[in-house]
Amino acid sequence: MTLLRAILLRLLTTAITLFGVAVIVFVVIRVVPGNPIAMMLPPGATEADILRLETQYGFDKTIPQQFMIWLGGVMQGDFGTSISTRQPVSGLVLSRLPATLELSIVALIIAVTLGGTMALLGTRFRDSKTEGAIDVTAGMALSIPDFLWGLVLILLFGVLWPVFHISGRISPSLDIDFTTNFYLFEALLRLRFDVIADLIGHMVMPALALAIPLAAIIAQLLKQSLKETMHLDYVTLARTKGYGEAKVITREALPNALLPTLTLVGVQFTFLIGGTVIIERLFSYEGLGNMAIDAVINRDLPLIQGIVILFALIFTLVNLAVDMLYVVLNPRLRHA
Amino acid sequence: MSAYLSIRNLSVALKGGGPILRRVSLDVHPGQVHGLVGESGAGKSMIGKAVLGTLPRALQVTGGEIWLDGVNLETLPPSERRRRIGATAALIPQDPLTALNPSKRIGPQITRRLVDILGWSRADAQNRALELLAEVHIPEPARVMRNYPHELSGGMRQRILIAAAFAAEPQLIIADEPTTALDVTVQKQILRLIAQMQARHGTALMFVTHDLGVVSKVCDSLSVLYAGLVVENARMRRFFTRPIHPYSAALLAATPTYTDPFGSLKPVPQNVITAVETEVSQHDRRTGA
Repeated sequence: MTLLRAILLRLLTTAITLFGVAVIVFVVIRVVPGNPIAMMLPPGATEADILRLETQYGFDKTIPQQFMIWLGGVMQGDFGTSISTRQPVSGLVLSRLPATLELSIVALIIAVTLGGTMALLGTRFRDSKTEGAIDVTAGMALSIPDFLWGLVLILLFGVLWPVFHISGRISPSLDIDFTTNFYLFEALLRLRFDVIADLIGHMVMPALALAIPLAAIIAQLLKQSLKETMHLDYVTLARTKGYGEAKVITREALPNALLPTLTLVGVQFTFLIGGTVIIERLFSYEGLGNMAIDAVINRDLPLIQGIVILFALIFTLVNLAVDMLYVVLNPRLRHA
Repeated sequence: MSAYLSIRNLSVALKGGGPILRRVSLDVHPGQVHGLVGESGAGKSMIGKAVLGTLPRALQVTGGEIWLDGVNLETLPPSERRRRIGATAALIPQDPLTALNPSKRIGPQITRRLVDILGWSRADAQNRALELLAEVHIPEPARVMRNYPHELSGGMRQRILIAAAFAAEPQLIIADEPTTALDVTVQKQILRLIAQMQARHGTALMFVTHDLGVVSKVCDSLSVLYAGLVVENARMRRFFTRPIHPYSAALLAATPTYTDPFGSLKPVPQNVITAVETEVSQHDRRTGA
């Protein structure tokens, strides 16, 4: 059973990766300067107060001892208690995860749509001014990082021509009780178009800021890949069958040109998720990234650990999804 | 008998550069096989590409007429030209390993043209494809239709491409060195298959090759090319007994024989090359190319 072996191997490498990430994060945040206890106490606290709190949170033990205690908890699903909010880390993190997932997925959809359209147009009108214009646009989009795009967008659509909300995830005035934290998903299912419009109005700018650089990468890579495919014999043969240029590109070249692009998009999508940290801060969007920055500022060690582990888990899952998609799209890797 | 494909003074050149085809004229008659022979780079493949409308982007037709079934293709709007070619002509490509789309099953690669361009029903196209695969001696056609190209051998794939070329019952097929990329043992089978299919379907066939031995087996007439210039158009029997042009004669003499493989393998003499080069430059001066 090669498939079963592949899956087991994959699970094992994922576990090792996550363990490595946990060790590194655990050690690093304890070695760098900044004491969580000092952040909690008012100025003028006595030595005894400090010692009491250190014992309560277990910071009086050695780092390996602390790690073993934490790992023991994790094995039972207990990621510890946040120091700054005194709530369980798992609950905090999971309540914010949907917001970040929705933002990332909307950004990915925008990036694929924009980038794909540019690549197809560039291929259709290759070696012309249109392709030149697309190359220049993609080059510009790529050379500006996501957080700068965020500022540019705020300036354009938040200040000069205020059509979108510049902060938050949903207008507080909207009276709707969500049963899950997947607001957009839930609003879509419940067909609450007013809520969808409000959520989109909040999400457009941060999602665009994240999507623009990725769209540029997709545009350039997919166009290159398409142009190379257009020279191949089966594309020429399709032309002799009477198909027009647009059909030849989308039907013959595209399925094959997608493969090299897909791998890179997978890697870039994990970068996009990383980008949510700053973008969510910029737009005061209540997601994981925003929470991560607060956790760092407050030296909330258990919360930082929880968030980093979750990010690492998302990254490995994205990679897994890309690998599976690759097999689906490439018949040469499929077993009949 | 009027020709099905009639090329008159066809010139092809690099965009902003030198000539590739020099006022080529030739006829391919219904049900007949016309060979195009010449050295590599003589432009024999370019004639086929010019007819099918698949010239590389760096090249363009600079003059002449391509008459297909009484219609001058060069005067048609591009989309109309494309559809006419798709409906009445077909290509058997050179390399079966690269001519099938690796991400699509065999079935649709044969039936798509019938459905999309000729408006057949899916079921009819499916039956037609099964019939043709059987005709080119593919075992278990129904299973092969569901296969991907990488699951089949080179010889199998070339058979499939032949079946696909005949699927729409075209009036004209252009075979562009269809056996060059194949194993020697498979070459003969494929050659025989193409000849059989051509005879059975009565298709006009333009056969591009550098192998005069192949031409002698399958062709009714041929054109000899040198540097994009047709140096001789001839009927088969006359050509092999009395070639008119010295270059044709030299090519014939250069064909290796089984009885004396090394002794018979001789280059085209220098004086013949010089003569034909002079002819090309005279032609260019005359036409102002």
